[in-house]
Amino acid sequence: MAEMPENLPQPVRGFGTTFFTMFRKASTEQYPDEKVPTQPRFHGRHQLNRHPDGLEKCVGCELCAWACPADAIFVEGADNEAGERHSPGERYGAVYQINYLRCILCGLCIEACPTRALTMTNEYELADHTRESLIYTKEDLLAPLQGGMAMPPHSMVDGMSERDYYSGKVTSATPEQFAEVEARELAEEKAAEAKTDATIEAEKVASDIAKDEEQDLGGAA
Amino acid sequence: MSTVAPVAGSSAPPADAVTCTIDGVQIQVPKGTLIIRAAELIGIEVPRFCDHPLLDPVAACRACLVEIEGMPKPQPACAIPVAEDMVVKTQVTSEVADTAQRGVMEFLLINHPLDCPVCDKGGECPLQNQAMTHGNGSSRFDGTKRTFAKPVAVSSQILLDRERCVSCARCTRFADEIAGDPLIELFERGAKQQVATGPDAPFDSYFSGNTVQICPVGALTSSDYRFRARPFDLVSTPTACEHCASGCAIRTDSRNSTVMRRLAAEDPEVNEDWNCDKGRFAFKYLSEDRIKTPLIRDPETQEFYSASWPEALDLVADKLADYRGRTGVITGGRLTRDDAYAYAKFARVALGGDDIDFRVRASSQEEVEFLSNKVAGTGLGVTYSDIESSPMVLLAGLEPEDEAASIFLRLRKGVLAGSTKVASVSSWVSPGSAKLQAVVLAAAPGDEAMVIDALLKQSSALSEAGFEVSTQLRNKGAVILVGERLAASPGALSAVAALAEETGAKLAWVPRRAGDRGALDAGALAGLLPGGRSLTDQTARAEIAQAWGINESDLPAEPGLDLAGILEALTTEQEVSDETESAVESADVEASEEQEVADEALAEDSAKAAVDQIAEEVQLGDDEPQEPRIDALVLGGVDIRDVPNIELMREALREASFVVNLETRLSGISAYADVVLPVAVDIERIGAYANWEGRLRQFPKVNPEATAQTDGRVLAMIADEMGYPIGTGDVVEYHNELDSLGYTTGERVSFNSVKPGSAQTPGSGEAVLASWKFLLDLGMLQTGDDYLAGTRRPSVARLSPATAQSIGVTEGDLVKVSSDQGTIELPLLLTDMPDGVVWVPQNSPGSEVYATLGDAIGSTVRIAGGPKAVSDAASADAEVSA
Repeated sequence: MAEMPENLPQPVRGFGTTFFTMFRKASTEQYPDEKVPTQPRFHGRHQLNRHPDGLEKCVGCELCAWACPADAIFVEGADNEAGERHSPGERYGAVYQINYLRCILCGLCIEACPTRALTMTNEYELADHTRESLIYTKEDLLAPLQGGMAMPPHSMVDGMSERDYYSGKVTSATPEQFAEVEARELAEEKAAEAKTDATIEAEKVASDIAKDEEQDLGGAA
Repeated sequence: MSTVAPVAGSSAPPADAVTCTIDGVQIQVPKGTLIIRAAELIGIEVPRFCDHPLLDPVAACRACLVEIEGMPKPQPACAIPVAEDMVVKTQVTSEVADTAQRGVMEFLLINHPLDCPVCDKGGECPLQNQAMTHGNGSSRFDGTKRTFAKPVAVSSQILLDRERCVSCARCTRFADEIAGDPLIELFERGAKQQVATGPDAPFDSYFSGNTVQICPVGALTSSDYRFRARPFDLVSTPTACEHCASGCAIRTDSRNSTVMRRLAAEDPEVNEDWNCDKGRFAFKYLSEDRIKTPLIRDPETQEFYSASWPEALDLVADKLADYRGRTGVITGGRLTRDDAYAYAKFARVALGGDDIDFRVRASSQEEVEFLSNKVAGTGLGVTYSDIESSPMVLLAGLEPEDEAASIFLRLRKGVLAGSTKVASVSSWVSPGSAKLQAVVLAAAPGDEAMVIDALLKQSSALSEAGFEVSTQLRNKGAVILVGERLAASPGALSAVAALAEETGAKLAWVPRRAGDRGALDAGALAGLLPGGRSLTDQTARAEIAQAWGINESDLPAEPGLDLAGILEALTTEQEVSDETESAVESADVEASEEQEVADEALAEDSAKAAVDQIAEEVQLGDDEPQEPRIDALVLGGVDIRDVPNIELMREALREASFVVNLETRLSGISAYADVVLPVAVDIERIGAYANWEGRLRQFPKVNPEATAQTDGRVLAMIADEMGYPIGTGDVVEYHNELDSLGYTTGERVSFNSVKPGSAQTPGSGEAVLASWKFLLDLGMLQTGDDYLAGTRRPSVARLSPATAQSIGVTEGDLVKVSSDQGTIELPLLLTDMPDGVVWVPQNSPGSEVYATLGDAIGSTVRIAGGPKAVSDAASADAEVSA
């Protein structure tokens, strides 16, 4: 671009800048019509990762919540009950919430996470109309299932320990795990179908009885 | 060896002081002070794991190594007392000590897993903290860490992760030295060393929760709290325990206004560092199934509907105004002292009567006089320190391990230190008595007065040990602790009072519930005004009338009815009014007096006579309108299962024209209530209990968002609506009001000695029923705490071998214990106890005495062998899981 002579009066120099800028290449991004990819390490929305067989990596340790300078993260841990396994080992994150009204996307939580369960994606479209919708829950944050993953809860790979999961010995879900998940889903479907009007009626009767019993605690005592 | 609390900064050093130098600082400490404590005094913290001020030194963890001049190797500071002219160098000034400590830390961390993120201790872990302050940044160990299968449940409420253990032996020493339940021990040696229980002997100690708290790593964790929160989530509030009259200081940790856990807080005067598992783990009742709005019973459908406060208050005030002077007030043990005061004031001012009783349990008129005369409004009496160093503590009708656990711990501390001796008047040698090495003076129910009398007279009936007890009771500092159960034994309280007078022993009353002492002091008892004032004493009446802003004549003139009297009035009036439509008021008064006589004698005949009397009077005066003595009931915090005669209670509730229940959750009483008004639990309010010592135990509000009302405020709203304001709207105000009333200066309620009842002579196939409640039972405040319930003691029936033989049963067989109302069937445990006595737990699974047998404790029941049990353990398990 041509240099502006220094001896021109200030107002002229100002208009000159405007004039010359008209010939520059515009840097306007046509968002949201065109979405420009971010830098690969851009701090976007969080993601809760999974082990290669679909089990969750989060152990509910709350170190992310502890590290968070904006108090944006809320976690509650819980026990992996028998038949309800969400992660290898004993503990998993039962409740996981990130409040994006508070989050400053600083990434300290990522550094704190001891299992690499929490990472950040490049997704930056984090605006909405309500407070509720900006509190992302575990369902919103969990990574989608990739090929070879089975939807938890399901058991760990046979013969593998928690340690084996972290040393990369588990590479995908086994047929047994898929079968387990399939059987569970089938059973759930059946249970839903079986819930006909008759059973709904029966439940109502049962709850009425329960209510009566509650009323007559004295008689039962 | 015990540690002496050093006197920091006191100008005059104690006579037995020794001088030493720690890190170049000269310091004088009492003889016997451990180096680690002396160092604390000058602000030097030596790392430690196994050291605990209330446990004997063991030097197990070696974390506290320091350099002592003249000794060849570093020495553990936690186990060596300071000697004269000793020169100690800690890690602060000594390279040797620092290297030694870092070395030990490296060793400890070799097998300690790096699972802090999933460990409940993470964030409040002494190992974590001291690894940071006294450990190396990295480990030179690159082998495989030792692992164990995890976690092991040493009991249903305590989980053990063995690989985290640093073998400090705090838990095993606690179980052995403090609780007296050596059910956990260190097994194996070297790297395999681990805490374990014996086969089939879980760590079912009443105090097991303390081990979780003192574990310096996360090896012992609580099943209930496991993974539920991290330390930095929790808001800690210092509170007071509401489970018994011990008055332990506890710490309530809550997250988002929900209680996550409770811990023992330190109070050297009361519970030291410990508490029992009930206080620690029983808190689900605070949040589950709470009533949120007033409930009114629809007269047509008989169902409750949620009502607004104004609607409920209008209704209650209207009805109670109708029944003014004819309303009984019954309160339970959960009430704070201040709320009990509100009830007491409400009964006298708003209801215009004196028919109030806080004793929802076996009670007597003798007890009313005993409590009013000897206990109410006496302030701080016998204290924990008194019983810790007393030449003789006589327990009468009190089982401290089950009924006031902190008393048990303190007595045990004294017994082990040799500073105190314990004797107990009980039907058998309970595990608690055994752990206290107590001399048990065997007394069948009803014979307590006789045994106590023998102690007084030093009669020849006494055994050698008994005579010894009787002699020691005459020493200065001797204490008699009276349990609330003694009220059920006619003449026993009189005998105790006489014994205390004769021997000069100090007397203290230990109720089971947290609210009882406060209720007594607050005057929630017929004939008793706040501060131990007698209702019939002119000075007291004037004081109270002035404080309450009413005329003296507005106070009831005569003592009203107690619980038994109220129930009797409600259940007998009906018969009378059935007979004739009219009655005289004076006849009622006389009748009620008759009923009190009947209570005293506890004889059915005179009760019948009273009824006849009423009938007679009714026939005589038939020209005045009939007005029943009691017509309505106000009940607060009452568990119907605590009433000895449940059937009578139910009948009374049905007969009452109007029943108001102030409750936190629906209870057995609510089923009969016309209106249920929701009130606050402890975490939703501030308040204060008076513990058995008479010490005030105040607690703040834990849940800042809670809006539930205190009992006092609810009563104040009703009273305002009725037009008789009692001014108990603000809890701070009525707390201060009660405080400002002080204690009586006038005449106390007189105590008339009662003759003991005649001893019962059970025939063959019969026995006298003895019973008390286990610490962990079916109580209302323990509902929902399943892990805690898993450590309940199994329900068993106890008989002496001779009695068992007489009905042909042996250990483990089922025994049927029956009254006219029902039968309890429990496996037999042969016990050294008087013949002709059977003992069963009072409110445990499979053994709910009042509900099944009725008011049978202390009376003769039938015993018989049942079908053969599979095995002792199996049936005990079945009982627990039932």
